[in-house]
Amino acid sequence: MSEAVGASSVGERFDLADPAAAAAGRSETLPAGKVRCDACPVLCYISEGKLGACDRWGNFGGRLLRTDPVLLMKRPGAEVVASGHPDWGGAFIDDAPVFVSGVGSGTTYPDYKPAPFIVASRHQGVDMVTVVTEGIFSYCSFKVKIDTDRYLGPEQATVRHDGEAVGHVTTIEYGSQFLSLGGVHHLTGGSKREGRVTCELMQKLGNREPVELQIEGGARLTVQAGRPPIVNGVEETRMRVGCGSATIGIFAKQWFGQVDEVVVVDDHITGVLSEHQAGRYLGMRSTGIRLRGRKSTPGRYFQVANPGTGWGGTDIADPLSIVEGWDPKVAWPGLRLLMVSTTGEHAEYYVLDEKLRPQKAAMPEPVRRVVERIGENCEPALATVLFMAGAGGSLRAGVTENPVLLTRSIKDLVTRVTCGGAPAYVWPGGGITVMVDVTRMPEKSFGTVPTPAIVAPIEFTMRREVYAALGGHVERIRTVEEVLAQARHRLVEWTADNPWPLAPLERGR
Amino acid sequence: MNGPARARFSDGRWHFQHGPIDLLIGAEGDSAAVAASVEACWHAFQEVLPALVSELAELRSPCTPALEVHGPVARRMLRACRPFAEDFGLFVTPMAAVAGAVADHLISCFDRPGVARAYVNNGGDIALRLAPGQWFDIGRIVDLAAPRADACMRIAAADPVRGVATSGWRGRSFSFGIADAVTVLAADAAAADAAATLIANQVNVASPLVRRAPAESLRDDSDLGSRLVTVHVPPLAPALVHEALDRGAAFARACVERGWIHAALLTVQGRSRVVDRRAEPALA
Repeated sequence: MSEAVGASSVGERFDLADPAAAAAGRSETLPAGKVRCDACPVLCYISEGKLGACDRWGNFGGRLLRTDPVLLMKRPGAEVVASGHPDWGGAFIDDAPVFVSGVGSGTTYPDYKPAPFIVASRHQGVDMVTVVTEGIFSYCSFKVKIDTDRYLGPEQATVRHDGEAVGHVTTIEYGSQFLSLGGVHHLTGGSKREGRVTCELMQKLGNREPVELQIEGGARLTVQAGRPPIVNGVEETRMRVGCGSATIGIFAKQWFGQVDEVVVVDDHITGVLSEHQAGRYLGMRSTGIRLRGRKSTPGRYFQVANPGTGWGGTDIADPLSIVEGWDPKVAWPGLRLLMVSTTGEHAEYYVLDEKLRPQKAAMPEPVRRVVERIGENCEPALATVLFMAGAGGSLRAGVTENPVLLTRSIKDLVTRVTCGGAPAYVWPGGGITVMVDVTRMPEKSFGTVPTPAIVAPIEFTMRREVYAALGGHVERIRTVEEVLAQARHRLVEWTADNPWPLAPLERGR
Repeated sequence: MNGPARARFSDGRWHFQHGPIDLLIGAEGDSAAVAASVEACWHAFQEVLPALVSELAELRSPCTPALEVHGPVARRMLRACRPFAEDFGLFVTPMAAVAGAVADHLISCFDRPGVARAYVNNGGDIALRLAPGQWFDIGRIVDLAAPRADACMRIAAADPVRGVATSGWRGRSFSFGIADAVTVLAADAAAADAAATLIANQVNVASPLVRRAPAESLRDDSDLGSRLVTVHVPPLAPALVHEALDRGAAFARACVERGWIHAALLTVQGRSRVVDRRAEPALA
C-alpha cells in the first residue's frame, strides 16, 4: 500500500542531534539503548532494531529511521524483469532500464558507512555506478520566483508562515519577485517553534503543496511550485511583457499613427511614447504631457505612484491620477491618448477636449489589437521553486573514503549529480551546492527529521572506473537487477523532461 | 511532529493518516452530503490519536472490572473487549479493539441523509454505513504477497452486520495463534475486531514447529508483555491444522451463541471453517 503513505512520506530519517546531548536536554531520562520517536503523539520509545507502533519508524543503530520503499524509475518503453523471474536469462541488461533514485533510499549512519545503494548498471556499453542516498540537509533553502509586478513587500522584509519567520524577500528580477525561504538560520537558529514551522513549510513547498505566506509590511501569498501565485487572494495570471519603457520600445511602431500619446503604467519605469527614444525615432510630435514621478531618461519615469495591486503593479485605480496636466502651448484638443498597463490587463483610451481634459472614448480597433498583443506576449505567471542545498558535508563519506575527490569529479563534470533523478545545477566554487527545480523531482521527494532538517534524495552517477579511482566503496556495488530483486521498491515511469542520468555528461557545449 | 494528514485518491477515496493510524474511507451518495460527512470525519479524526494517547496506559492494561476509560473511542474499545475477560477469564486489553473502535467512531460522521453507503477501513477492520437497500461486497486477501481474494461477503442494509474485522499472525498486531486469518462479522467493527483477535488466539496447537517469541522482545511497550506471540508458522500436517481450526471454531461458536458476533471465517494454510448464526452461510 505504498500509494497510501500519506503526506509525510519519504525515506529514512535521523535525528542529527547528538543523542547524548539530546537526551540530556530532556527532562525525562531516555531508557538505555532506546530512541524516542516524536513523529506522532504516541511518542514511542524504540529499542535497537525495533519498529515503533506505526511500523514506519524504527531504531537502527541508535538512530530514528523511517522505512519506506525505495523509488525506482523506469525508462519509458523499457521492459523490467527482475532477476529470479523466469523471463530473466541472467544476462546483464545493456542500457539499464531502471534508475535507482534516492527517494525512500534511506541513508546510513555513521556517515562513513557506504551509502544504502551503490548500484552498477550499463549505459551504451559503459559500466556506470550510481551512489544513492537520502541527504539530511540543515544547510538548505528554497528559492522561490514569483512572476508578478504586484508589490509583494520591501526587499529584506521577513516572510512569515503560521506566525513564524521562515525567510525573507530578496531581489526583484525582470518581472519576478524572489523570496528565500528556509535556511539554517530559521531551521536551527531561532526558537524551537520557528524551526519546526520552517521545516514543515519547506517540506510542503518541496513536495509541491500550496503554502500560505505573509510578508511583513506587504502581501499575503499562496505559493505552490508550478502554479500561478495568489497575491492577496487574487490569482496572478500573466507576467508583464516588460517594464513600461520596454513595452514602449516593443510596440511603438504598432501604435504610431493610431494614437498621439501612450503612457505605459508600471511600478518600476513608466514609459511615455512621445518622449521616449522610440517615439522620437519615429518622429512623433511632442504632446506636452506632464507626468507625476521622477523623470529618468527621456520618456522614462520612476515612482509615478506607490507600489500596489492596481495598474501595472502600482496602487492606482484611475490612471489619470498620474497625469499632472498638459502644457497648453504644446497639447491640442483632439489629442488621442492611450493608457495601458504592462500586462495589457488595464487599458483606457482618451481624447483631449477643448479645455485639454482627457475624456474617455471608445478604443479604436487597431489600438485595441495592440493592447491585446501586450497580453498575448505576457507569459503565464507562475511560482517556481528551486531547492538549494549544500551536499559537501559528511554524506560524501558514504560515497568515497576521500570526499574531496568526489567534489572535484563533480566540478570536472565526471560525476553527475541528480536529486530524485532530476538534473541538479552545481554552483561553481567550493563544496557541492546544488540547485534543483522541485517540479522535476518525483512526488513527495522531501521529508523531515526532528532536528529539524530536510531530507532530500541525492544521487551521484559516474563511470565505474572513476568510482574506483576516487576511493569508492567498490565492494558494496550491487547490480540494478539485484536491487530489483532484493529491495522493497516502488517502480514509476521516468519523467521524460529529465535527461537520463546514466548518459555521460558533456563538457563545454 | 507530524500532524494528521489526508489525501484524496483519484477515484474519490480518502486516506487519513496520523501516527500508527491509517484509514481508507469511501462514501457514495449525494455529493454535498458526502463532502460534509468527509469534513466532519476529518474534523473528528484529528482528535482521535491525542485522545487515545492521553489514556494509553489504561488502554494497555487488562480489562479488569476496575478499569475505567473516558474517551469516546476508548469506551468503545473497553465495551467490546470486557465481555471476553468477564465470561471466559481471558487476558485481553482494550487495545484488542482499537482499530475497530476508531472505525466505528468515525463512521458515525456519515450517518446523515443523502449518504447511500460509506465505509471506514482501518487496516482491514471496517465499519460500514448502509442506507436501506444498499450493500457492500467485501473481499478478503490472506496473503499480501499474492493478492487474491479468497473469500467474498455481501453485507446488505437488511443484515445486522455493520462491522467486519480480520486478525491473524501475519497481521500488524500480534497473535498467540496460528490462524492466517480470522474474519468476523458483527454489529460494529469494535466487536468484530475484539472477537477476531481473540478467536485467532484460540486457533492454536502446541507444536515445536511454530516459532514464538515474547511480545516485548519484538516491540517495545507491547500490551502483551512477555506473553509468547507467533513469529513463524511453517507448513503443518493437516491434522494439526484441523485441531487448531476446531479449537478456534468452538470458541467462535460460543461468541455467536452469546450474540457478540454474527459470523466468523477461520483460515489456516488454505483450510477454512465457517461459524454462522444464519441458516444461509454469509461467507462463501
